Amino acid sequence: MTLQEIITKLDLKVLTTPQDFSAITPRGGYASDLLSCVMAGAQPDNVWVTLQAHMNVVAVASLREVSVVIITEGAQPEADVITRANEQGVILLSTSAPSYEIIGRLWEMGIQ
Amino acid sequence: MSSTLQETQGRKGRPITDNDAQDITRIEELSYDLRIFEVMSREVFTLAPNQTIRDGLELLRIKRISGAPVVENGDLVGVISTEDLMRALTQNDLKSPIRTYMSANVISVKSYEPVVKALETFARTNVGRLPVTNEHDQLVGMITKGDITRGVLVAIRKDYQEEEIRRYRVRHLFEDITSDRTSLILRYHIKPRDFINGGQASSHIKRAMLRLGASAQLARQCGIAVYEAEMNLIIHTTNGGILRVQIEPHRILMQTTDDGPGIPDVNKALQPGWSTAPQEARNMGFGAGMGLVNIKSCVDKMEIFSGAGKGTRLMMEIHLRPEEKFSAAEGTEEPGI
Ligand SMILES: Nc1ncnc2c1ncn2[C@@H]1O[C@H](COP(=O)(O)OP(=O)(O)OP(=O)(O)O)[C@@H](O)[C@H]1O
Ligand SMILES: [Mg+2]
Repeated sequence: MTLQEIITKLDLKVLTTPQDFSAITPRGGYASDLLSCVMAGAQPDNVWVTLQAHMNVVAVASLREVSVVIITEGAQPEADVITRANEQGVILLSTSAPSYEIIGRLWEMGIQ
Repeated sequence: MSSTLQETQGRKGRPITDNDAQDITRIEELSYDLRIFEVMSREVFTLAPNQTIRDGLELLRIKRISGAPVVENGDLVGVISTEDLMRALTQNDLKSPIRTYMSANVISVKSYEPVVKALETFARTNVGRLPVTNEHDQLVGMITKGDITRGVLVAIRKDYQEEEIRRYRVRHLFEDITSDRTSLILRYHIKPRDFINGGQASSHIKRAMLRLGASAQLARQCGIAVYEAEMNLIIHTTNGGILRVQIEPHRILMQTTDDGPGIPDVNKALQPGWSTAPQEARNMGFGAGMGLVNIKSCVDKMEIFSGAGKGTRLMMEIHLRPEEKFSAAEGTEEPGI
């Protein structure tokens, strides 16, 4: 399952600079809004689902090498967060759906 | 040409970032950075306005070109193309001066303009080669799309070479320096409540480790440990503190120091889930009480020196496995930071 398919199926909004998402295949996912838990539990190339939308999300994602973050419940990151994400190569996607729904659908799609 | 090119890249000399390979943007950037004089060809075959059509045909045939600028006293006064010469031929007018058939309305570009200007002109006018003049309208060269492609390629290769040399130098830092004990110290001042910059120091440290040739695994371990320590300075201290990383051939020492408020019960702080993070930090997802636990799992040794009303010193150490060691000249060893 490529990131492009995930974006299309879940109707996610791309916040960072668009790129060839069909070349990216996330492996598994992690869901938490507690940053230290993500630091401990997420794996490189995971999709991270969270409703946090601030600068430290980018720091955690980049240090943990999680390249894709899905920000849920319509939380909107500030412009400088998106700029930093672009600099650090972190892809930010957003949706108005709640985390529970997004995680469930990702699981159904085989992102396990 | 090559000397001017070097000057430019020396001046720009931007390193290629980790997220490089975005060559498209780099090429776009180069078309603004590079000046026309840096990529144009300086060897230009010109004609004078009073030379004959026959001379013109001769030149184009010998040099295998499809047109030539017409120059009088160094000034660009026109261009003559194969089509212009054809017109003269059909009139059987081989002896006429070039001036009669040339077009005096010359599209040209300035040598000091960015390459993108030439690209725009090519697109707008559909011509394949453009005369280049200097600030005094004197002809100094010609530019084609091929010249631009070549110039951009040279510039990109130069970027990569510089980056490679830089990486090479850093990677062999420990080998090249002989001392009894070589270490590299990175120091960062972390400000309290500076959430916006939280994690920046850790990113820099991780990147420095990678540049020094550390494995991805080792860089990640260090990155996580210093990130948690950095955030604790931001969240829990009164005045922020110092994050210090000491890289040695066989180990990494990481340390934070601050001047308060201190940890009354260190054992409690070490328990998973224990946190005194304020609401502001909790709203952002801090305060799981997992930071110190994370650090412990990333390092070989962790020590906290603190107490109520005192400063806190957190010391972390990673011993490098033999295959991870930064190669270094032999030296004696002494313990401690
Ligand atoms: N530099 C420090 N100064 C004062 N107290 C500290 C310092 N570092 C840690 N502490 C105390 O130790 C507790 C545990 O720290 P730890 O990093 O494990 O969790 P946290 O920072 O509260 O939450 P998390 O790291 O999961 O976001 C903190 O809540 C705080 O009370
Ligand atoms: Mg912490």
